Formats: sequence, structure tokens, C-alpha cells
Amino acid sequence: MRPDTVAPEADRNPAPHDETVPHTHPEPGVDPHPPLAQAGRALRVGIGGPVGSGKTALVAALCRAFAGELRLGVVTNDIYTTEDADFLKRAGVLDPARIRAVETGCCPHTAIRDDIGANLDAVDELAEAVGPLDLVLIESGGDNLTATFSRGLVDRQIFVVDVAGGDKVPRKGGPGVTSADLLVINKTDLAPMVGADLAVMDRDARARRGDLPTVFLSIVGDPAAGRVADWIRHELAHHAALHPVAARGGPA
Amino acid sequence: MTTSSLLLLVADGRFPAGAHAHSGGLEAAVAAGRVTDLATLEAFLAGRLATAGLVGAAFAAAAHRAVTSGSAVRGSTLALLDAELDARTAAPALRTVSRRQGRALLRAGRAIWPEASFDDLPATPGGAHQPLVLGLLCAAAGLSRAETATVAVHGTVTGAASAAVRLLGLDPYRVQALLVGLAGRCDGIAAAAARAADDPPERPAAAAAPLADIHAEAHATWEVRLFAS
Repeated sequence: MRPDTVAPEADRNPAPHDETVPHTHPEPGVDPHPPLAQAGRALRVGIGGPVGSGKTALVAALCRAFAGELRLGVVTNDIYTTEDADFLKRAGVLDPARIRAVETGCCPHTAIRDDIGANLDAVDELAEAVGPLDLVLIESGGDNLTATFSRGLVDRQIFVVDVAGGDKVPRKGGPGVTSADLLVINKTDLAPMVGADLAVMDRDARARRGDLPTVFLSIVGDPAAGRVADWIRHELAHHAALHPVAARGGPA
Repeated sequence: MTTSSLLLLVADGRFPAGAHAHSGGLEAAVAAGRVTDLATLEAFLAGRLATAGLVGAAFAAAAHRAVTSGSAVRGSTLALLDAELDARTAAPALRTVSRRQGRALLRAGRAIWPEASFDDLPATPGGAHQPLVLGLLCAAAGLSRAETATVAVHGTVTGAASAAVRLLGLDPYRVQALLVGLAGRCDGIAAAAARAADDPPERPAAAAAPLADIHAEAHATWEVRLFAS
């Protein structure tokens, strides 16, 4: 059975472990993540998800959260020109020199997964323009549930879905929901209005994602996206512990 | 056999060099109402082949020649080629695009053929023009000069044709049939470009399309566009 066809009920009443199917378990005590960035370069975190799920608002919230704490840069990928970058610049949450826009020619998923050169250029240009960075957030263009980032572009990725997209989205799965390092279920303040059951979303997300973390978020109630920012801080600490050269901090 | 597979790999639209974000001027031509269907697309592609296609392929072939002929002055030859191609690219927006695409291709080339030397490319601000990088990359892949010109011409038409499928919703089979119909002309242009590489660097074709240059300048100022060029 494919992992994304497992019925959510299986999580509540786990079936006996089927030892006839060849499978492996993660080694206890071994970090299952791929290796982090080399010393001296910023941690790169991708933020993807469907159109309208709140990716740009999350990036703005994280800019607020890390202002004065980290040397931050942002790369946006738009389907149309530089709309998201312009929004962030207007929002005044980050120095415009720290924001770069990549144009994607109708193919937002290609620019973050199959052909990442323009995004890598943008990351390089940011470092050339404003100096060393601790963290670069790379926002994908709004796409669909299959859009994920190349590991050649980002070290960690966050997938953002929203409750108004329907509480069945986590059950539908797809690579973003199942494999992102952090799943953000956004706009929880809208749940009563759209009849979304957060308990169902939580249960389905756990069934899909195993031990990978999921965060419920309402930027209306938490304008600095506290739990997402804390997760990034944790990943940064991990990064810094492995690569002390990259650890020197300083205000953005 | 090895060379044939490498030719297909380098010419493939999925080769990660940023081509998907560019329409080769087609988006601007569509907006101007000059390309609306298969017939006007064919005319557009034929014009592109005779201008940007020929010039780009000639410079790719010349760059290939500069680094495969055993010349001791390949750095200065490439610098001269870069300046000559700049002079043949009237629209500043298209110069920027060509250098940007050159950077993307260079990133791919350095990552894929780490042992190949790309250091003879001129240290022009913004990077070397795309056809020069293509010439060196094809040389690194072991392709011949004629194959290098073919890759350059192929990219000139397939990128714009793919953009037409996305922008106009044209039937992809009919567009592919159109490209099949243009294949003979592509080969002819590539052969002419490969021959031109034997000329001195200032001699290759200077064919240009003023309307395409004007469209490119206007396109670069659009507030909303789907393609970077």
C-alpha cells in the first residue's frame, strides 16, 4: 500500500506490524536529516505551498520575528513578475536590499526543484550586496501539493497549507505535506467560518508525516509566527553547532 | 554513440540552465498581437532563426573553436568575441538577459564538468554572453563545433515554441510538427554558423531584428509578465 493511501483511521487503531513486507527503520540516535550547509554560509529555508495559503504573510511574520536578531535575506519566486517581493518591501518588515525576486516563466516548481540556478544566483547576489547572512528564506511561487524544493537549493523546507483550503488537504498528502521538514497549517482563525475540523487535520497530518513536526498557526493572533520562528531557531542552532564559523550572529 | 547521447543531454530543454523562464521575445510578440496562431508562430520562429539563431550559433561555434584549436590566445579571443557579440545585441535588455543566461549556464557547466576550464571566459561585469559559455560547455562535453552550433540553434527555436504552448494554448502536437518542419532550416543555419567560426572574430553575422529589440526593451518594463524575457 502506498503511504499516502493509508486511511487515517489506521493511526487510531494501529494494525499489527506487518513483518512480511521488506522495510527499514531509522537508526535510533542517528539524525535522519541530510547534512546541513557547509561552514560559513547561511542556513537556507524553503517556504512552499499552494496559492493563497499564506506563504508571503509567513515570510513577513518571520522578518518581524528575526528583526534585530539575525542577518536575514529573502528570495521570492513569483508566477507573475515581482509581486511578492514588492509586497514585502511595502510591508516595511525588511530592508529592500535584503529581498531578491526570481521570475519563473510559468513554472514556479521548476525554479525551486528542477532548474535552481536563478535562485542560487539570487542567494549569491544577496550575500554580495549585503554581506554574510545567517538565514535566507526562499519563498516558492504559489503552486500545488506536489511542489517541493531541491536539496541542492535549501537545507530545510516548510510547507504551508491553510484551513480554508479544506480540512482534507493533509489526508490528500503529496510530497509537500508528507516530506516537508515542517508542515504549517495556517489561518486557524478561519476554521469555524469554513467548517474545518482542526482535530481531523492534526490526525491526518500525523498519519502522513510520522515523526515530522506540524504547527498550527494564525498570523492574526501571532504576528511574529512564534512557533515557526522557534523551529527555525532550533534548526539554526543545529547548523551553528555543526559549523561554528557560521555561528557569529549580529543584528540584521 | 557517446557523443550522440551527450548532444541530446546538452540540447534537452530540461538541462538546468534557466531556459524555462525565458520566451525568446515571444511573450512580447504575443502581447503586440504579432503572434496569435501556428502560422504567425512559424513566421516568428523563422525570423528568430535568421537573426538571433544565426548570430548566437556563430558565436557559440567561434567560442568552441577558440578553446579547442590549441590557441595560446584563447582568453583574448573570447574577450573579443564577447565584445563583438555585445555590439551585435542592440537592446540593453537583451544584453542583460544574455549575460544572465550565461551565468546560469556557467553554474551548470562548472557543477557538471568540474574538471573543465571555464576560466578563459572574460571577467565581464554580469558574466560572459550565453553563446560563449555554451561554446565552452559543449567543448567540455566533447561535442564537435557543428554539434555546438546545432545545440545553439535548437535552443533558439524550442524555447520560444514551448513558451507559445504555454501562452497561447496551442496544440502541442501541431507546434511540434511545426518544429519538425523547421528542422532542415535549423540544420542549414547551424552549418552556416559553424563555417563562420573560421572567420576572424569581427566577421560573423550581424543579423538583427529591430522590432524584436524594441519589444524586448518594452517587455523589460512591464509590471506583470510571465517570462523574464
